[in-house]
Amino acid sequence: MGLESLLKDNGFFTTTVDALAGWARKSSVWPMPMGISCCAIEMMAVGDPKYDIARFGSEVMRFTPRQCDLMIVAGTVTYKMAPVVRKIYDQMPEPKWVIAMGACTASGGIYRTYSVVQGIDQFLPVDLYLAGCPPRPDNLLNALITMQDKISRTKAADFKNAKLPELNVIQKN
Amino acid sequence: MISAELLNTKLKEQFPELDFEISEFRDELTLALPANNIVEVCKYLKTNPELEFIMCMDITAIDWSRRKDRFTVVYNIFSFKNNSRLRLKANLKNTDNKIDTVSSVWEAANWHERETFDMYGIEFNGHPDLRRMYLPEDFEYHPLQKDFPLMGIPDSIPLPKKENDR
Repeated sequence: MGLESLLKDNGFFTTTVDALAGWARKSSVWPMPMGISCCAIEMMAVGDPKYDIARFGSEVMRFTPRQCDLMIVAGTVTYKMAPVVRKIYDQMPEPKWVIAMGACTASGGIYRTYSVVQGIDQFLPVDLYLAGCPPRPDNLLNALITMQDKISRTKAADFKNAKLPELNVIQKN
Repeated sequence: MISAELLNTKLKEQFPELDFEISEFRDELTLALPANNIVEVCKYLKTNPELEFIMCMDITAIDWSRRKDRFTVVYNIFSFKNNSRLRLKANLKNTDNKIDTVSSVWEAANWHERETFDMYGIEFNGHPDLRRMYLPEDFEYHPLQKDFPLMGIPDSIPLPKKENDR
């Protein structure tokens, strides 16, 4: 077995905090389902019993950004929607990652037109691009597994000099 | 179905001085009329007990680009009583982009006209709430006008900044 084989004398083993935190983080990635258009349907299919994202510890799709660490941008992002996506991303606590799901998010896809952002990497730091129009659910699972690899390699030093984002608070009474 | 003849006689009787033209193509009736008379004709088409075009299905426009009279506003209306559709075409003179609103006749025209304003820049006089429908509020252009480039005007819609990201 995995962990038990490491436990020798009195159940102690040595590791780094980075490795331990990375292992914990990657095993319970909480996604922010940013379902904007048709890719969201495939994303919902990933949550159902047939594909079952719970097998990878990511079944808790949170509909509040404050409890998420992975944003799955699923769908066409228009210029009007871009500030909204960015605002939700800014509200997520660090560390956080972004999957750009589908052709539209990567490049605008078939929508080569004035209203669609030609690639969300113009305003978001994307960690992983997922090809397909839309990608099949098993493809999204594969993206999640690839993402877990990347998450487990996260180092605390990466955040040493990270600045907090400035949030524009708009209050409407 | 309402026939072209019936519509012709009814309109001649009600508006003797109206300069209109009725055409029929594949059982589709089209009534072309001057933009100035649009509200009174619409009101008549809706309230006349024999016609009763009570539903405004759609309002859109055509940008003829290089023609002298650049814009045409198109109304698609429907009569449940006669199970009949009618298309109204109001030609705007020269490069004029103003026409009276018909939102006082059909409530549904309110949002249809907002959409037409958003996409074609047609201004509907007397409209209660002429704001943009789809595009951002501070956008300056009307994308379905023929001289608008497909990929838009660069930097006309700002994107969020990407400064503090890892």
